[in-house]
Amino acid sequence: MLSFLFRRLLQTIPTVLAVVLLVFVLFSVVPGSIASSMSDDADPQVELRMKKQLGLDDPVYVRFGKYIAKLTTGDFGTSFRTREPVTSMIAKRAWPTLQLIFAAMAFAIAIGVPLGFIAALKPGGIVDTLAMVVAVSGLSIAKFWLGLVLMYLFALKLGWLPSFGYGDGGLKYLLLPAVTLGVSPMALFARTTRAAVLEIMTADFVRTARSKGMSEARVVKWHVMRNALVIILTTVGLQFGGLMGQAVVVEKLFSWPGIGSLLVDSVLQRDIPAVQGSILVVVLAFLAINLLIDVLYGVIDPRIRYA
Amino acid sequence: MFRMIAIVAGVGLALAGSVEAQTPRKGGTIRMTAPYGSSFTSLDIHTTQRAQDEIYAKALHRSLYIWNSAEGKPVLELAKEDAVSGGGLVHTFKLRDDAYFHNGRKMTADDVIWSYTRIMDGTKAFPGARFVRVIEGAAAVEKGQAKEISGLKKIDDFTIEMKLTEKVDPGFYFFTALTSIYPADEGAKESFIQHPIGLGPFKFVEHVPGSRIVLERWDRFYKPGKPYADKVTVSIMAEAAARDVAFRNKEIDTSVLGPAQYVAYQSDANLKGTIVEVAEVFTRYMGMNPSFKPFADKRVRQAINYAIDTDLIINKLVKGKAYRATSWLPLTSPAYDKAMKPYAHDPAKAKQLLTEAGYPNGFEFEWTTSQNESWGLPIVSAVIPMLDKVGIKAKVKQVETAVLAEVVRTGDYQAFIYSQASGPDPLAALKCFHSSTPQPACNYTTFKNADFDKMVDEAGQADDPAKRIQLLQKANALLYEEAPVWFFNYNKAVMAVQPWLKGVQLNATELTHQNVEDLWVDETSPAK
Repeated sequence: MLSFLFRRLLQTIPTVLAVVLLVFVLFSVVPGSIASSMSDDADPQVELRMKKQLGLDDPVYVRFGKYIAKLTTGDFGTSFRTREPVTSMIAKRAWPTLQLIFAAMAFAIAIGVPLGFIAALKPGGIVDTLAMVVAVSGLSIAKFWLGLVLMYLFALKLGWLPSFGYGDGGLKYLLLPAVTLGVSPMALFARTTRAAVLEIMTADFVRTARSKGMSEARVVKWHVMRNALVIILTTVGLQFGGLMGQAVVVEKLFSWPGIGSLLVDSVLQRDIPAVQGSILVVVLAFLAINLLIDVLYGVIDPRIRYA
Repeated sequence: MFRMIAIVAGVGLALAGSVEAQTPRKGGTIRMTAPYGSSFTSLDIHTTQRAQDEIYAKALHRSLYIWNSAEGKPVLELAKEDAVSGGGLVHTFKLRDDAYFHNGRKMTADDVIWSYTRIMDGTKAFPGARFVRVIEGAAAVEKGQAKEISGLKKIDDFTIEMKLTEKVDPGFYFFTALTSIYPADEGAKESFIQHPIGLGPFKFVEHVPGSRIVLERWDRFYKPGKPYADKVTVSIMAEAAARDVAFRNKEIDTSVLGPAQYVAYQSDANLKGTIVEVAEVFTRYMGMNPSFKPFADKRVRQAINYAIDTDLIINKLVKGKAYRATSWLPLTSPAYDKAMKPYAHDPAKAKQLLTEAGYPNGFEFEWTTSQNESWGLPIVSAVIPMLDKVGIKAKVKQVETAVLAEVVRTGDYQAFIYSQASGPDPLAALKCFHSSTPQPACNYTTFKNADFDKMVDEAGQADDPAKRIQLLQKANALLYEEAPVWFFNYNKAVMAVQPWLKGVQLNATELTHQNVEDLWVDETSPAK
């Protein structure tokens, strides 16, 4: 298992480097600068001095070299705008983002997987039809609109929850944004689970298990569920990454203090270190989740571990 | 004019709230919203010119002057007296001796000098530099040629002498939070940006990035009995629809309204009375580049003004949430000439002017725009068919707002649509069209007209305020005639205010910028 982990870790290094290079080059060529975003009438000489002080007058390859050297020490640089270390800015936002994503994912898994499973047990039945209507609707619905509907219903009409804000970070503030973010993956998990279970139910090894006289409950528990989990886990892993991107809309709608809104504002203000740091953290989180999923594959399916 | 608008809007406010005059209530929480982005840029207010940031800064910081909305002009705030000498160039300010920073230290002249010198740091591009530059010797500091601003002298701890480079009202230059006075010792520390200290009526408590800022009453604030409220929260709410739900749910006390909500609130009996509106000092316009041959001809520029049905766009697309622009200076400007009439919608006249200019079949140009709903792509999309009717074809070039700002400063456009401050100082606003004003400063259309320059220069030198206004009105009329831009509209700022929030000021410079010490909430406020 350790060598497996080591191999997977090594494989992430080129990915991280490629992303770092891509983001760095991209923000070296896009129009707009920190000086122009700060002041409408910045003196061109001031802009030049500012660039020099921030090291932006060096050639791109020199800046990239310096950036990589800093990264290796865990230094993401200092924000042009706030003069704070980028690591500190991200640290303040990381927990709310993780809270949101994990809560959304928990909601999506808790509802989506059982829904898909139940639907697959009696395909074509009422439960299956209803589940798939929910799934298709969940995938089609715009998060922004859904969030507003939830706000309207649970805050304005029922008065059960606050409509916006982080508050003390407690559950009552988290529920609406998490459900808004979680509906789409929930629908996807329901569909994926249903498809996976249906496929496995007709597999040779399931037929063999049944022919040996194994009860249906045991067949489902030991053969169907376990094999379906590998497919579901893959979807979960991919969705984690997707949610980090989609969280931007939800964070903005609910005034939730996450990395997504930091990234968007930093792009608009040409705060390059903050942009680079935010993207890097999102990429690292995505890779970490996928690494975890790979490890879980091995736990669930020994064939993968020993391959 | 400003007073008239203020009175009309004030009637609305009075009807919305209790009719009887009330004694301000002490205590409670004021819950404001910051609607212009999904975060605050920085807790160092010297570094940011976004309207979003000044909302909290008005509670936390103070400048030499403050905007008085009732009078429509800046008035002294951190100074008690301003003695003018040296032909109007030298101002001797007697500072308050009762202003305490939130760390308990008394403000002195050193803090004022330190703050202005910091703003002129030529490696930082502080946006307030454009104001401080009016002090003699400030530009030398910015260029790195001097360490101290020669025109700024400490007479004693509470007296400073400020020598200006031109005869202007320093109030217009030193009232925004961009020139806030910082504590010299604390302001230099790195920790300051995590925990800012100011002279304002409320002190910093907490910042949750991307969500809110919380401030609490500063008991040693220099205005007796103020502030009234115990606490102020400023929640970041960039989404108008989310603000709408929160406002209806009584979770927030103020909400800026966009065009669609403006209409919805007007037609809702429960919400109509919450609306507060004011003509802000921003002019929305299409700038034309005179180096693009057709736009070098005044007749072509006038033709564009005649070709566009501006009233139709304001009424149907902007939903009446704007005032028709006549020339550059807005309604609330002291030099606004109400006798002036805007360009009529007259396509036949436009065609005639184009023919006279040598473009009987029109021409094609590229129009750079952002996505802004009030002065961006939706407006451009509505104007294009109108221009097409007179033979002018416009190709849209869409860029994001930060890029647009760079485009207009560098002149890399044939035409652009923008919103630009056109006040509160009419002289400063018109100087943006003076030939000596560089394009990156604010002369974005590189306007050059000797008669205009002369009028503005004379206005700058005039001691008689009436004569100054008269000259500025003439200059404004000349701009109308020269039409360097399509005069679109002056922003009508609209905000919904809960009935329990009192003391809201109709601030024409930016409605969301409230002098928070004057606000108070009555006992019906649901906030603790």
